Amino acid sequence: MSAGVWDWSQGVWDWAAANWYFPQEPGRGIRPRLVEHIRLAYASIAIGLALAIPLGLACVRWKVLYPPLLTGVNVLYAVPSIALFFLLLPYTGFSDWTAILPLALYTLVILLPNVVDGLNQVPDHVRQAAVAMGFGPLRRLVRVETPVAVPVIIAGLRVASVATISMVSVASLVGLGGLGRLILSDGFRRQFDAPIVVGVVLVVLLAFATDALLVLAQRLLTPWARRDRRRGGPRRRRRAAVSPVGAPALESTAVAPPGKG
Amino acid sequence: MEILDGLITWFGDPARWSGDSGIPARLGEHVYYSLLALVLSALIAVPIGLLTGHTGVGGFLTASLANFARALPTIGVLFLVVMAAGIGLVPVIAALVALAVPPILVNTHEGVRSVDPGLRDAADGMGMRGREVLLRLELPVALPLILIGLRTAAVQVVATATIAAYVGVGGLGRYIFDGQAQQNLSMILGGSVLVVALAVVTTLLFAGARRLLVAPGLRAQSATAR
Amino acid sequence: MITFEGAAKHYPDGTVAVADLDLTVETGRTTVFVGPSGSGKTTSLRMINRMVEPTRGTVRIDGVDIRDRDPALLRRGIGYVIQQAGLFPHRTVLDNIATVPLLVGTSRRAARARAAELMELVGLDPAMGRRWPHQLSGGQQQRVGVARALAADPPVLLMDEPFSAVDPVVRAGLQDELLRLQQELHKTVVFVTHDIDEAVRLGDRIAVFRPGGELAQYDTPERLLTTPVDGFVESFVGHDRGVRRLSFFPARTLPLRDDVVFEDDLKVEDVRHIAAEHPWLLVVDTDRTPLGWISERSLVGVPSGIRLSELDTVPYGHTFTAETDSLRAALDAAVLSPAGRAVGVDGDGRVLGVVSQDELGAALWSVAE
Repeated sequence: MSAGVWDWSQGVWDWAAANWYFPQEPGRGIRPRLVEHIRLAYASIAIGLALAIPLGLACVRWKVLYPPLLTGVNVLYAVPSIALFFLLLPYTGFSDWTAILPLALYTLVILLPNVVDGLNQVPDHVRQAAVAMGFGPLRRLVRVETPVAVPVIIAGLRVASVATISMVSVASLVGLGGLGRLILSDGFRRQFDAPIVVGVVLVVLLAFATDALLVLAQRLLTPWARRDRRRGGPRRRRRAAVSPVGAPALESTAVAPPGKG
Repeated sequence: MEILDGLITWFGDPARWSGDSGIPARLGEHVYYSLLALVLSALIAVPIGLLTGHTGVGGFLTASLANFARALPTIGVLFLVVMAAGIGLVPVIAALVALAVPPILVNTHEGVRSVDPGLRDAADGMGMRGREVLLRLELPVALPLILIGLRTAAVQVVATATIAAYVGVGGLGRYIFDGQAQQNLSMILGGSVLVVALAVVTTLLFAGARRLLVAPGLRAQSATAR
Repeated sequence: MITFEGAAKHYPDGTVAVADLDLTVETGRTTVFVGPSGSGKTTSLRMINRMVEPTRGTVRIDGVDIRDRDPALLRRGIGYVIQQAGLFPHRTVLDNIATVPLLVGTSRRAARARAAELMELVGLDPAMGRRWPHQLSGGQQQRVGVARALAADPPVLLMDEPFSAVDPVVRAGLQDELLRLQQELHKTVVFVTHDIDEAVRLGDRIAVFRPGGELAQYDTPERLLTTPVDGFVESFVGHDRGVRRLSFFPARTLPLRDDVVFEDDLKVEDVRHIAAEHPWLLVVDTDRTPLGWISERSLVGVPSGIRLSELDTVPYGHTFTAETDSLRAALDAAVLSPAGRAVGVDGDGRVLGVVSQDELGAALWSVAE
């Protein structure tokens, strides 16, 4: 049994080594797929974040905006990603946008509640102290509210990035999808398991690496939270690592979910 | 408008509403896969979450496993299981369970963990045994968070069950893949609308379950906690 | 009777929560554990229901080593009240109170009937039973907490800083309620607090703990205030312990004079001769409800024929109830009165007489030794 598993993983490894990169054909092999995966995922996350922050700010500023907007993005989230890819295909063709637009939208869905909750999280006495010290609205936003919101936003970003990286694979069904193409075209269509395993493993590794980067970013951006966490002990750190879905807003946040297909 | 007309025509076709490829049959299949996957996931994740939450043991392992499962690309899991077990319901359910377990598990674990230690102290002090603390205090207090986990899982499962069609099983995904194959935009849209409607109904059902199952004392509390 | 026999709690990291504790809690009385934080008072309390197991020594209840009892069964027979009340948010007030009876298998109907009785006992409207805990004020929640602890009619009641999270006015009400309950029920109450005033108010016996988990003094409240054993207890008890000690002496021994008390329909000339000897006169209405002071000097130049009710009076401040208040209350009333005199009233608020600072001083001297 264990010998079988060993041989099998040896085979997977050999395949990966043999197909990593072909200097004569730069479009072939595993490496270009990985690069493509990173490009699609990171572009989606970046666009999602770029949309979520102004929208979140608007929702905090004009509170009536939030409930309808939240309902809207939640309905969008229920649209199967594959359907969105297909529907975009006539317009964007086989360009990266076919994958990036839906994925950016999903990132936005996950991030928006976090941005709003994060900005609303500033304790009232802190806000009032800022007003009392003569901070105007804009300066307050930049100096007081945004720093407090950063950990919450990054927490959302971590969930969103894992979800997006895993979802890029689905775009393989429309001929895009980075490592998903490895899984689908090289693996499933040829009934060959090594590319599927390599694809899955690389997607998981990429997700973890991205998560680690975000944790690092948070430590650099919010040194005060770092100190706080040390005082809170290991339990608290664990808690920060995986927060329950919908936890910051039991009542109204419908989703903050990862990895859908 | 053209799109809307196409959609209305598609839904208005009487043939659409009968037979093996009619909407009722496809919807039935979709609901069946989703429900089966959700129930299986709940049977796996809720007991484990309750146990790890109650004892505080294995919390890190649970979180790590859930994180790992979240990163797994669903189609990868689907295709691997298809290759191992063949085309059929098994790979679809396996992929959906892998998707649904993390949110349920994490929310159950955290729901139990986040019960106010003062309440646990009071329960111990009144002479409740471990099982009684779990069933009479921790489970009911964690229930709102557990239901949110279940709801999140359910919406994801409903959306993702679409890919079942790719490996030859039915469901609403059939319309999306067939629509793509036939270059029939209305069909893709129609299938998507149905999936979204199912997801919305699912959300509403969970809101109903919350009203039915969660003690009013807790409902009001979490509302004011906002 | 609860006895600690060399009970100690040492933690693996070397912290000593409770050093060897030898102490006997009397049955049917209120014993207060008091001390600063980190003095082991709560740990000692939690040893009684095995929420904390001593690392050395024994705790016995009526001679039985509690380690021989199943912890859950032991706890069901001991009432337990904690700081934030710890009410279950998912249960109504009534079902919260019924928790332990339901746990031991009492029928739901009987448990709820018992719970309704207890609500009245702790001074809550039974109609409140259908509410949820979050709908109650802090003081009400704490009352429910006490009712819940009493539900199975346990002989022993453990109270861990139960009133420290409510405001002072509510706290005083809850303390009164506990005193009244205890007169009725005669439970063996062990009460933990960091507030020496609360301890003196509630305790039949007080155990003062010092940091490091040592018992510094175990005594009646009066002896604690009169003769603290050392500097720690003295400073913990507070430097105004002399004044506070006056709470233990009744005001009814004070001489109350009513020859300076006049009804307001009298005329100025009727009181001039008294005012010549006494600088302050108290004006009351025909029901002997106090109205205010008039001074001798304010009568100068007032023409005869004017009634006392037509004069401006100086507010009388607050009164003390001669029959039930202590010397401390009388002294307080005198100090706060602009006339330097305290007004003693009966239970219905009718003036019995006044006492001057001089006379109070003499009474204080007599109890000083």
